[in-house]
Amino acid sequence: MMRGRTIPLNCLAIAVLGALLYLADTYCDGYQIQILNLIAINIILALSLNLIYGFTGLFSLGHAGFMAIGAYVCSILIMTPDQKDMLFLLQPAYDWVAAAHAPFFVAVLAGGAVAALFGALVGIPLLRLGDDYLGIATLGFAEIIRVVANNIPRLTNGALGFKGIPAFANLWWNYGWALLTLYVLVRLLQSNTGNVLKAIRDNEIAAKAMGVDVFRYKLVSFTVGSFFAGVGGALLASLLTTIDPKMFLFTLTFNVLMIVVAGGLGSMTGSVLAGIGITVLLEWLRIVENPVDFLGFSLPGIPGMRMVVFSLALIVIILFRREGLMGTRELSWRSVAGFFTREKA
Amino acid sequence: MNLATFIQNVLNSLTLGSLYALVAIGYTMVYGILRLINFAHSEIFMLGAYFVFWGITLVHLPWPVAMVLAILVTASLGVLVDQVAYRPLRDAPRISALISSIGVSFFLQNVAIVFFQAIPREVYRPSWLEDPILMGGVRVLPLTLFVPLLSLALMLALVYVVYRTKTGLGMRAISKDIETSYLMGVPVNRVIAITFGIGSALAAASGIMWALRYPQLQPIMGTIPGFKAFIAAVFGGIGSIQGAVIGGVTLGFIEIMTVAFFPDLAGYRDAFAFVLLILVLMVKPTGLLGERPEDKV
Repeated sequence: MMRGRTIPLNCLAIAVLGALLYLADTYCDGYQIQILNLIAINIILALSLNLIYGFTGLFSLGHAGFMAIGAYVCSILIMTPDQKDMLFLLQPAYDWVAAAHAPFFVAVLAGGAVAALFGALVGIPLLRLGDDYLGIATLGFAEIIRVVANNIPRLTNGALGFKGIPAFANLWWNYGWALLTLYVLVRLLQSNTGNVLKAIRDNEIAAKAMGVDVFRYKLVSFTVGSFFAGVGGALLASLLTTIDPKMFLFTLTFNVLMIVVAGGLGSMTGSVLAGIGITVLLEWLRIVENPVDFLGFSLPGIPGMRMVVFSLALIVIILFRREGLMGTRELSWRSVAGFFTREKA
Repeated sequence: MNLATFIQNVLNSLTLGSLYALVAIGYTMVYGILRLINFAHSEIFMLGAYFVFWGITLVHLPWPVAMVLAILVTASLGVLVDQVAYRPLRDAPRISALISSIGVSFFLQNVAIVFFQAIPREVYRPSWLEDPILMGGVRVLPLTLFVPLLSLALMLALVYVVYRTKTGLGMRAISKDIETSYLMGVPVNRVIAITFGIGSALAAASGIMWALRYPQLQPIMGTIPGFKAFIAAVFGGIGSIQGAVIGGVTLGFIEIMTVAFFPDLAGYRDAFAFVLLILVLMVKPTGLLGERPEDKV
């Protein structure tokens, strides 16, 4: 299929998505809309981690840290000075924190930008490390962010966190950002940079021997990934309207990692599909935590069972279907057309 | 700070450090052999403590018996984890086993939440560990002597196994070159299973003593000590048992002494280890006693 035809098809797909969102906005109840919102945010987070890990081969476990940065920056910017006055009870906020105010779009962008800045700053010393070491060092970075957030009450309100963050993040914002993320990352990966990143992932030494400035490309990938992790965190903060340091534990990174692995490392399509599937599954699994009547037996609800099933699922996937849902395959108009005309795509 | 408090702090550092060291040994042995960060190790630590609690409250076992039994049960659990979650992935890319270990870690932690509930539980401490003894003007809890001494005994036993037995020879051979070890007739899978058993036993011992020292049980109690012990292992040079011990004790000293001398930094306590980790990795990525792995083309 010629490239010229994909643009109208993409526009059509976006129009269909828009119509679906409009219908959802009109007919779905609050709980369902919340899940739809979470799906969009999880897709953003999974795509950004997939860029870093699936496409560049950088094993990063620091996503929760970048999300925390995005979430805090965005929240500080969208809360009004009066609100912040009320919020900082134990110690007053720094003057510049109290005064800062920006519209939602700018705030999300700023959240992403600060996260990207930290990504670059951490990346410069750490990206020289090998895979496991990089994983544990980025995990350490995320933990440091959390501990720091706990200990600067004049910036982050300490362990109390923020409450009553304005709930700007609706379906339109979240899906808009998800589309933007998808667009930017797909364009990046289809460019020459994308090919270099995959080359680094597949064989770093060979890429280096070909004259690739491996470190620079790794840094680009890591910074862009951190940016969108920050954006995801910013949207999440405005969606949940409350954040505190405890929210950004390793569990959060684990959930994103689970989506990426289940979807397929190195497949954007996989991340989108798994983002939808796993978000829905996680909500659906709440059933096992509530008491249910099953064929006349009444089973008591077991709190915590949800995460047991969830982690078991990750182990089963990695043991029996290591490449995830999609492997490294992508869904494109070309492959869809190939499927229908029974050509080999 | 007067001398008595200083000695107190030194003893506390040694206690904490030896607890880290015991866990770090498990990380370093598994990493040395399989090049795998075993995230589930911190849950083994936690389960060891819970098993003792069960033995005492449910079966009414005397204290030492409960401890020995708990260590044995936890060691078997460590072997089981290897068999189920890592062994099928021996030929897979290393990252698969790593993800599997994260999965196991969350699985065990959440099973613990389901079975033991998330509320913290009080731990019963035998009285002979609690009555302070006076040593030249310094009040010392027997616990602060018991922990480093028992740890030392366990480490000496480990050194014996690794350097004086055939299994230990196998471990050292596998950590150098796993393929050649297969060819030379080392029973690789059995040696790896024993490694997991020993590592888990040490982690369980550490978890039990941790619960005595900070008498509270929680399903998430293993996470932070687990991370710190791993950092201790990296600091000492991962793959090296001596390194793990040095790293653990150093970390214990840094943590206790920084808070002792700069009480303002107490809130950042959990971040010291991570800062140290990042600094060490930047300056000397292989740690104090580690060997640089070669790039294989």
